[in-house]
Amino acid sequence: MNRRICCFLGAISLLFLVPVVVRSQDILKGSEVHGSMQADASYYLTDPKTGITDSTLAGKLIRMNAFTEVNYSLGNFTAGMRFEAYLPPLIGYDAQYNGVGVPYWYVNYKNDFIDITAGNFYEQFGYGMMLRTYQEWTLGFDNSLRGLRVKVMPTKGITFKGVYGVQRYYWEPYKDYNRGIVKGGDAEFYLNDIFTSLNDAKVKLTLGGSFVSDYQQGTTKDIPSDGKILALKLPENVASYGGRFNLNIGDFNWFTEYAHKINDPSALNNYIYKNGNGLFTNLSFSKPGLGISLMSKWIDNMGYKSDRSVTNNMVNINYLPSITKEHSYALASMYPYSTQPNGEVGISGTVTLHFPKNSKLGGKTGLSIAANFSQVNGLNKTAVNDTTLVGQLGTLGYTSTFYGFGSDVYYQDANVEVTKKFGKKWKGIFTYLYQTYNKDVVESHAPGDYGTIYSQIGIVDIAWNITKKHTLRWEVQGLWTKQDKGNWVAGLVELTISPAWFISVMDQYNYGNSDETQRLNYYTLSAGYTNHSTRVALSYGRQREGIICVGGVCRYVPATNGLTLTVTSSF
Amino acid sequence: MKTARILLFFALISSCTFAQESIFTYKKLPSVKLKTVKGLPFTSDSIQNNGKPMIISFWATWCKPCVRELTTISDVYDEWVAETGVKLYAISVDDSRSMTLVGPMINGKGWGFNVLLDPNSDFKRAMNVGPIPHTFLLNGKGEVVYQHTSFAEGDELNLIEMVRKLNRGEEIK
Repeated sequence: MNRRICCFLGAISLLFLVPVVVRSQDILKGSEVHGSMQADASYYLTDPKTGITDSTLAGKLIRMNAFTEVNYSLGNFTAGMRFEAYLPPLIGYDAQYNGVGVPYWYVNYKNDFIDITAGNFYEQFGYGMMLRTYQEWTLGFDNSLRGLRVKVMPTKGITFKGVYGVQRYYWEPYKDYNRGIVKGGDAEFYLNDIFTSLNDAKVKLTLGGSFVSDYQQGTTKDIPSDGKILALKLPENVASYGGRFNLNIGDFNWFTEYAHKINDPSALNNYIYKNGNGLFTNLSFSKPGLGISLMSKWIDNMGYKSDRSVTNNMVNINYLPSITKEHSYALASMYPYSTQPNGEVGISGTVTLHFPKNSKLGGKTGLSIAANFSQVNGLNKTAVNDTTLVGQLGTLGYTSTFYGFGSDVYYQDANVEVTKKFGKKWKGIFTYLYQTYNKDVVESHAPGDYGTIYSQIGIVDIAWNITKKHTLRWEVQGLWTKQDKGNWVAGLVELTISPAWFISVMDQYNYGNSDETQRLNYYTLSAGYTNHSTRVALSYGRQREGIICVGGVCRYVPATNGLTLTVTSSF
Repeated sequence: MKTARILLFFALISSCTFAQESIFTYKKLPSVKLKTVKGLPFTSDSIQNNGKPMIISFWATWCKPCVRELTTISDVYDEWVAETGVKLYAISVDDSRSMTLVGPMINGKGWGFNVLLDPNSDFKRAMNVGPIPHTFLLNGKGEVVYQHTSFAEGDELNLIEMVRKLNRGEEIK
């Protein structure tokens, strides 16, 4: 009897299912579903030499960060969401991420005239000095706005944007004004599209301007200072505004953005009442075979967050990237620079040259050279009067001359990279760097704790195409310094088999550490498999403590030892 | 009961497989605002190649495997174009920090393909790209027929072989 009922129900459901599938195909014709996922899971081991013991691991031996994002689109309509799980977060990520949930969801409608998003969104005004929201999974960085965004394109060459919302702060929901409400507008005009007479002009000009405001409730705040309690009056609305242009004439390009911010006492700037400003400018020239880029940046008290008590990477409203070169080799990125929002001034220049095949310098296979120099100094800050210290809490802080270079060097990097092919099967990249790194400033230590580190780094990276599908690549790196942890040497061997496999062994050896017990080998063994857009990688080894940076935003990573599995996929 | 279950299972599977061909394929690129390396506006709708196959590759100046992939392709790109008519669009996801270095770098390296800027990763998000390099192959109708993440020397041979297949009217599995 039971069996008959089941068969009957099965047949009925089948009858219903087929038309439903067919009908939904009609209604939802043209709809698409796409998505991506990543899971990073680690199994941690104790390692007394690097200070990792049972008590530091505290029983949380297995940890995982993971997300899945799904997006649905039908014609002009899109909707999507991202599920995240940190159970618990990997070592080096903020413990406040512990948990699961859907921190990101949105619905969007757009056509040629209007683009409306409700829910979470990522947006950037110009260079980003007034507003940029984005996500960087490897850093655990996400400052998305949740609210409403409208973009209007009334005619070709003109774009208006308006945003209104609150930012993500780990898993903490927004309620009762527990953080600021951000709103902003941006306009951009591409003159050559607006005026038909300029369509074919050699000179191309884009102009833009932005206004951003953050409302955070609370007109007073009691701050302890030198054993007393200071009652500070606070501005509830903090505005930032500025403009930009991009001028293009043939092979030349000139981009500049200026931003101004009204006084914004915060934990980041020690609650001073000084206005902030920032300027970024870049001039570049390039034609086949030659590229030159010169840039400069001035930042004075430009930290801008939607919660003035936060000092870490969360709830940033604006983006203040570093103008120094981002390095990816292990030893070259041992001392990475990150922007000092309270004040810095810097310059950077890059020249890239390519000598083609069969030229005098290029030889039979061609030759590329890239040279880069950058330097960032502190500002020249003077006290506002005789009785106030520079940067003293609750005061106007200091005065500074616009574009005045202070005497403190925060960072300097001179590097050259030569890429050369040798015959059809061999290719080499040779890099030399000289870096100056003010560890006290960049890592926020007390002055004199670590001082400045001067290092020379040399890297040889050779790839040998054994067959069309097999490539063996090895790196030899050395870092020489008299400061900090002394000299390092590193080696890597990697075999790739197209299109699926890779296996690599790496070791970084701190042979020059003045503390002999810390002359350690940091070895890693990794292997991975790729199938279309799915990649699985497994690695085992000891990771040195360090700083991971993406785009000038950095995260401290303590030393770890263990097994890590990474799975990424998209469809 | 077993029969009903099996029937139901197959009905679901067949509807899913049917759906898989249609729902999970990019039939058209999402429309997203990009910039040219000169900082001028460009919309992803304008990525096209007159009915011929296209390659879209997401990269950044600081990503070593990406630069290796594009350098490898650059060495044979002229031959590829002459033989198959394929067009490569390299989408740089460099943000404000390094996007002004993209123009000088591609010229400095002598790359001959189209390069576009996606400074806040809007296009990268719309294409559901995770780690880079990530490469898409599109057929003449603009549908994504293949995608691959990461790069190993030799992958480019696989890619051009698929372009040839598309030109011959064969299907990509």
